[in-house]
Amino acid sequence: MMILSGDPPRSRILSLLLILIVAALALAPFLFPGAKAMNVATKICIFAALVASYDLLLGYTGTVSFAHTMFYGIGSYAIAIALYAMGPTWSAVATGIVVGLPLAALLALCIGLFSLRVQAIFFAMITLAVASAFLVLASQLSWLTGGDDGRSFQLPDLLRPGTVLISKTLFGFEINGRTLTYYIVFIASAAMILTLLRVVNSPFGRVLQAVRENRFRAEALGYRTVFHLTWANCIAALVAAAAGMLNALWLRYAGPETSLSFTIMVDILLMVVIGGMGTMYGAVVGATMFILAENYLQSLMGMASKATASAGIPLLPNLLHPDRWLLWLGLLFIASVYFFPTGVVGKLRGKKG
Amino acid sequence: MSVQTDTASEPLPQTKRDVIPLLLPVVLALVTIPLIGSASTWVTLTVASLAMGMMIFIMASGLTLVFGLMDVLNFGHGAFIAVGAYVATLVLGPMIGYVQADSLWLNLAALAPAALLAMAVSGALGLVFERVLILPVYGNHLKQILITMGGLIVTEQTLYALWGPARMPLPLPTSLRGSFIFGDIAIAKYRVLAMLVGLVVFGLVLLVLNRTKIGLLIRAGVENREMVEALGYKIKRLFLGVFMVGSALAGLGGIMWALYREEVHASIGGELTVLIFIVIIIGGLGSIGGCFIGAILVAMVANYGGFLVPKLALISNILLMVAILMWRPRGLYPVTNR
Repeated sequence: MMILSGDPPRSRILSLLLILIVAALALAPFLFPGAKAMNVATKICIFAALVASYDLLLGYTGTVSFAHTMFYGIGSYAIAIALYAMGPTWSAVATGIVVGLPLAALLALCIGLFSLRVQAIFFAMITLAVASAFLVLASQLSWLTGGDDGRSFQLPDLLRPGTVLISKTLFGFEINGRTLTYYIVFIASAAMILTLLRVVNSPFGRVLQAVRENRFRAEALGYRTVFHLTWANCIAALVAAAAGMLNALWLRYAGPETSLSFTIMVDILLMVVIGGMGTMYGAVVGATMFILAENYLQSLMGMASKATASAGIPLLPNLLHPDRWLLWLGLLFIASVYFFPTGVVGKLRGKKG
Repeated sequence: MSVQTDTASEPLPQTKRDVIPLLLPVVLALVTIPLIGSASTWVTLTVASLAMGMMIFIMASGLTLVFGLMDVLNFGHGAFIAVGAYVATLVLGPMIGYVQADSLWLNLAALAPAALLAMAVSGALGLVFERVLILPVYGNHLKQILITMGGLIVTEQTLYALWGPARMPLPLPTSLRGSFIFGDIAIAKYRVLAMLVGLVVFGLVLLVLNRTKIGLLIRAGVENREMVEALGYKIKRLFLGVFMVGSALAGLGGIMWALYREEVHASIGGELTVLIFIVIIIGGLGSIGGCFIGAILVAMVANYGGFLVPKLALISNILLMVAILMWRPRGLYPVTNR
């Protein structure tokens, strides 16, 4: 239990589910070698880490931030710009990391310190405003970011799909640069989630939960809540930026749509709430469910839409159109906030919300 | 709470009028005259900012009152704006003959029912929103933010399902196109109408708030909700009314904004939400006057800034907000002690 920081899933079904998800992701290159399946698996890994870092804010400190994609975007762009400008070398990757992570942390610190001057409720609105300004900046400063087109770049040799590390004749599977990239993403995401689990189960994490429950009392007990909240904000920003870097490495691209847009922020919110706020495991479950739905529910809805259209039912085909999947997830989201605020994980753990 | 010991003959203490925020837009407008250089450009920009400011004010006023009265932060306010704009196309589409007629009265005869229907529908949606979504989560900011975001997503997606994801053109009525020309000064006709409507709405809101019993109760509720409840008034019903009126105003703002842009798209709700939040933060949450000045300031900074330093205009709103909050951390007119 050391690796789980003494916070096991505490539910048999949840444990099974998590083992299944982790095993499927760990063996994804061998179980689902197709390009689409691999993209889905990678996205699950990256978003599990991203959503877990958001859970640190939303679930453990009870603050709503809309600037989380901004940090995700900073990470993506840091890697993309470094590799674009310096060419496909490992030193460029290192530069991206060395510049991107402190930048994200610094910005998080600034937002944290600034929002202390004003009321707590302002935080959500101010982060929304800052994030939208950042999105505009990223799409306008085209000399740096490539504007709306974003930046495509080449990866170092070792990570390219053409680099065959172990040929197919040996085990019947080919291990190439793409597989290696996938495992970098997988291991880095797993490490980040386990670190976050460690953080929330530390004395620091307990203070965060105390702040969530009652900030005034936490302050009265002698904790400098402002300090704790700002730290949590910085940690979450760091993890989000790192997740953004993994995303850029996998896509070999960074652009406003894939790393900064408000849609991603909404996706993160949906994932964390449906999965379960304040549980960390919820991030993994939520991200998996959401991304599987995003990629495979749509074809199901397409079929349902066609079926209802041919049956001549009005309106329903439009509501079941594959592009409207967010409508149904939005309804599920509202239902989760009301009826099971601790999400799927909380439901499985059998606690009252 | 100070203890009152003096006799009744003494006059009630007057709250000092705080005029510095009022002067801000005036000073800003005067300062930019030498920077812009040309008088006709300055007039055009000023009228543009006033018109834009009025439209933003119409959309934002409901939100700030709702927050002030019930401490409810509605992230789904943009949904009403989008709904208002779409409903307008329902009316203006069939009445295209009236819209294209070259007569101001026929044009207004098409616009008036469109605006009224837009307000009615978004007001009704506000009723549903308040009863279904917000009522169960009073007093819980976190859930309010989440649930109203969910409401925004669902409304936006429903609009897409009903009208399709494409942008819909919404042409301006014929007699509102073009500009009034005075010498070398051009003033767009639609902006004048927008300004007039904005002033009327502002006047009505002030009148209701300051001269009627309901307004008195609303202002009292903003100051101290429990006390109004203790006096026997059903503040939740009052709040429902304010919420519906606020939603209806957002719908009115939506149709005005759509005509201004001459197109309708469900994403305008989300886009304008950011702007509206900045306005109500600048104005001080809950303050109608602050909201009015904030809207004009934001529009002025956007218009003057866009002319003088186009690159900076993109983040000018944020800079304005930071500057104002540095000066007055709770907005221009801080209302409640929340």
